[in-house]
Amino acid sequence: MMLIFLSTLRMSTPLLFAAIGGMFCERSGVINIALEGFMLFGAFFAAAFTIATGNPWLGLAGALAGGAAFGLLYGLFVIQWRINQVVAGTAFNFLAMGLIPFALKILYGSTGASPSIPIEQRFQIFPVFGAWGITAFAWFVLRYTPYGLWLSFAGENPEALDAAGISVRGVRYSAVMIGSALAAAGGASLSIFLSSGYARNMSAGRGFMALAALIFGKWRPIPAALACLFFAFMEALQISAQNITELPIPAEFIQCLPYLATMIALAGFVGSSKPPKQLGNAFPR
Amino acid sequence: MPKHGFIYTISTLLGLALGIIAGLVVTKFAGENPLHVLQVIIHSAFGSRYDLGLTLFYATPLIFCGLSVAMALNAGLFSIGAEGQLNIGALAAAAVGACLPNVPGILAPCLALLAAALAGGIWAWIPGWLRVVKGSHEVINTIMMNFIAYAFCGWIVRVYLQNPASQNPETKDMGAAYFIRAHDPIAHFFGDAPVSMAFPIALLIALLLWLFLEKTKLGFELKACGENEDAAKLAGIPVKRLRLLAMVLAGALAGWVALPEVLGNVGRYRIGFSADYGFIGIAVALLAQNNPLLVVPAGILFGALHKGAGDLDIETEHVTRDLSLIIQALVILSVSLSAYFPLWWMNRRKKP
Repeated sequence: MMLIFLSTLRMSTPLLFAAIGGMFCERSGVINIALEGFMLFGAFFAAAFTIATGNPWLGLAGALAGGAAFGLLYGLFVIQWRINQVVAGTAFNFLAMGLIPFALKILYGSTGASPSIPIEQRFQIFPVFGAWGITAFAWFVLRYTPYGLWLSFAGENPEALDAAGISVRGVRYSAVMIGSALAAAGGASLSIFLSSGYARNMSAGRGFMALAALIFGKWRPIPAALACLFFAFMEALQISAQNITELPIPAEFIQCLPYLATMIALAGFVGSSKPPKQLGNAFPR
Repeated sequence: MPKHGFIYTISTLLGLALGIIAGLVVTKFAGENPLHVLQVIIHSAFGSRYDLGLTLFYATPLIFCGLSVAMALNAGLFSIGAEGQLNIGALAAAAVGACLPNVPGILAPCLALLAAALAGGIWAWIPGWLRVVKGSHEVINTIMMNFIAYAFCGWIVRVYLQNPASQNPETKDMGAAYFIRAHDPIAHFFGDAPVSMAFPIALLIALLLWLFLEKTKLGFELKACGENEDAAKLAGIPVKRLRLLAMVLAGALAGWVALPEVLGNVGRYRIGFSADYGFIGIAVALLAQNNPLLVVPAGILFGALHKGAGDLDIETEHVTRDLSLIIQALVILSVSLSAYFPLWWMNRRKKP
């Protein structure tokens, strides 16, 4: 029981980072279907920087910087050039799935995975505290800082924000970059904390689960974090069930648990969950 | 965004070219000559009659998936679920073929295709129903359904249908009558490449879908749901029912990937046979601007890209088949962007 609890906490890390990242992005009015891709970029950058320097902190820094850079690029397409955000997000997911094997091949001569990172060069526990710390910080920012207020206005009523002399696009750019950097940190916690290096498509749908957690949590940090905890519990259950040999239900059914839980949670709670009013709508200034 | 015909087409082609060029320029980072990469791709895709046959073989599932995604998009739904639906459809066709091996003649492939369409349709109905009744976003649900489809197919094959003669996870062989490849002039013409009757059938389906969307009242209403949901509701169009219909049709179309793969190529369902056809289908549909007729050239283009990129593994030092995904992503972005090219061009001329 204790083991499942600890495992749940560990598994919640990537989801939390991604969900809080997605929250910054979507509260400002920008849909982020590309959380999955940003997680993959983060997992890759973290592994590459850790392998190059032998230091997981530099790996994490690399993931944050790489995530923010691709976030800026994403912002350019959806904020500056105003192309459909769901379409652009899908393209960015593809971009991650194509560019990372491409870079792995150049760096390590193999398209599938990075070399494995020895345990002393990986994080032992920090990302768990980091993720919950970020959640608390996000709650504080949204509630008590002017930036949190701007964020909400950018998503709910950008005209008012504009009239107050604050650049809607500026707020959205910053939110998208913070969001993608955090999603990348979630990816980093996959490659240099939960496993030992980058593996092909290792995020395995967690970016989308984080999005579901966000909707489930009504775009607010604490409820979203609890939703992440629920999904993480499903993952922990699935992992511990894999270790039991004589199981009455097929292993494939247990693999589906987190995905089924996501769909059921969405179906059960989405009706009462209202997205930011201007989510998905570009703003001319 | 007004779609003034000719200018719009030109700018889409411009966007396409821009995306491909950007993708090729990326190979510069791997120390390759982009022109050489392009040459390898073109030669590999169209170099011989057999190569062309392979390109068309890859194009066929891409056309089905492109039609699937376009169908849903026409009704205003963005389905990422073709990948799961095509696996379920192919498995259903193979299962019918393996369990009822003695169905005679033309009835056999028809039965298998019916099963594929039904299975794919049901798989798509679930996220469709969740969207129209529960309001949960189809993008997330279709992706979750993809993961569940992989697990489901793995389970069915492992427990019920594993081919005893094979080391790989794949189903038993179908009855001989199901295997359309056995008497297929098209495969023969292309030097026994895996291309089959499935290709012209895909073209026919594209034409039928175009007629449905452009020339029937139901098709018109369906497109109205996609263009302006509120207006469609005001006009008394049953938006929910039509969207569910579009979703089920999309699933059936993706399920028909069973035709080129199971009935036309190997005669069984192999786990992991799809080279991301369902995902590439999204790029195909977006490039074709959801027009079923344009899905055909877009499908052939991405089929050629896929076939050509496959040879990059061997022909170049550092560039691999993953380049095809990079180019797809860049083409989606640049084609989406190209809708604004005419606008920018006009604005530029207005400035003093």
